[in-house]
Amino acid sequence: MDFLGFQRKNGVGVRNHVAILCTVGCAGQAARGIAQNNPKAKLMVHHQGCAQTPVDIAHVEKVLVNLSLNPNVHSVLLVGLGCESVSTQKVADKISKEKHVEVVNVEDEGLTRAIVKGSEVVKKMCLDAENEKRSTFSLSELTLAIKCGASDTTSGIVSNPVAGYVADKVVEEGGTVIFGETTEVIGAEHILARRAINKDVSDKLYNYIENMEKRAMAMGVDMRGGQPTGGNIKGGITTIEEKSLGAICKTGSTTLINAVDYGDRVHDKGLVFMDSPGRELEALTGFAASGAQMMLFSTGLGAPQGFPIVPVIKSSGNPATCKRLSEHIDLDLSRVFYGDLSIEDGCKMVLNEILKVASWKPSKAELVGYEESIDIYFRGPVI
Amino acid sequence: MKSKAIMVNPKDNVATALIDIKKEEVVEIRAPTLLSIKAKSNIPFGHKFAIKDISKGEEIVKYGEVIGRAIKEIREGEHVHIHNVESLRARGDVVAAKQ
Repeated sequence: MDFLGFQRKNGVGVRNHVAILCTVGCAGQAARGIAQNNPKAKLMVHHQGCAQTPVDIAHVEKVLVNLSLNPNVHSVLLVGLGCESVSTQKVADKISKEKHVEVVNVEDEGLTRAIVKGSEVVKKMCLDAENEKRSTFSLSELTLAIKCGASDTTSGIVSNPVAGYVADKVVEEGGTVIFGETTEVIGAEHILARRAINKDVSDKLYNYIENMEKRAMAMGVDMRGGQPTGGNIKGGITTIEEKSLGAICKTGSTTLINAVDYGDRVHDKGLVFMDSPGRELEALTGFAASGAQMMLFSTGLGAPQGFPIVPVIKSSGNPATCKRLSEHIDLDLSRVFYGDLSIEDGCKMVLNEILKVASWKPSKAELVGYEESIDIYFRGPVI
Repeated sequence: MKSKAIMVNPKDNVATALIDIKKEEVVEIRAPTLLSIKAKSNIPFGHKFAIKDISKGEEIVKYGEVIGRAIKEIREGEHVHIHNVESLRARGDVVAAKQ
């Protein structure tokens, strides 16, 4: 199973994007202005990078570097303010070891001149990117992130199980599969921990879950209490194990090779857990920073979110959703829902689409331009 | 609609209804092999039923994993839910009732 991609210094890209990334939320407007002058470049505006604890600032810097190092990115313009807590220069220095990066600061130039200067830089980068050509790579070069969102009953019985088969196939072919959504694992963590390659990985998994629960507890919320909910039981879910498995079955059945921090760059081959919330903005950003070149997003009700630099493929087993939202759903798994296709057949459909979208075909989110689901997850207070 | 129920994993001993199934209805399930099960009760959409006889204390398997334990004998085609299954972890309705 092969796809056409772009060889980078560290990995293979399925896209050849020039990224415009603000290093702090306050510089977002300048970044947007530059993107308006360069419609081919990809805009990445988030809201962090200043007035956070030193731990979170270091964490945001790491995520900014790793987002830029995603193999789908050809070159990067960092747009800073000038007085932000993150060191835009430090971020640029780290990126420059692997790819072309430039910096523009609003407080050095004023908004108007920053936009003019940045636009010229990006224009040159876009021209330069045109020189890159695709070549053939095997599935072992692919890192696929798998997520579910706007779930319903069909997610647990159609699109998530199909995603699980896809995950197994990618791992079998030597590739990497990343999943997150720490909160979704609660209730079935013992099952996932059993799949860990060693005690170190299962301990890390348990720690991430415990820390997430502790943060909720500090707000007076017990994430385990009252699960499954009355609505879940009415819908047919009998136990908390079943509810959580409905979500984590999208990870397939292979050994859990590693558990990593949010936004860490993943170098392992195989199945990897990344500590993350389920919310799309932060989850997709974490996966992109981890190095995922593609994302498979299983939905029941029709979540439309995409990401600026990574194609996000939507699959759904809800016939009404597929019919209503063909604009957003790449993979209509209604035939699996109706029993006309097996889950294995559904898996083949999805894999085929992944290889096509990796090689040339735009995902629905790219086609309609629903690509701004980006923000950086952090844990401390805003100061 | 070829089958009205789905078995997610070959190891499972329950299948999930893809549409409301009526008592006495014979349901074909697209599993690795085609199964034919007669429903012993009404099975609402999204709910589970046994695809083989399950004895009391036996594990209920869905997604190829244990989702709970039978608290009474469950016959093939019978509805599998909170009336005959208990969680090995916690159960929301019990917690809610206590509160």
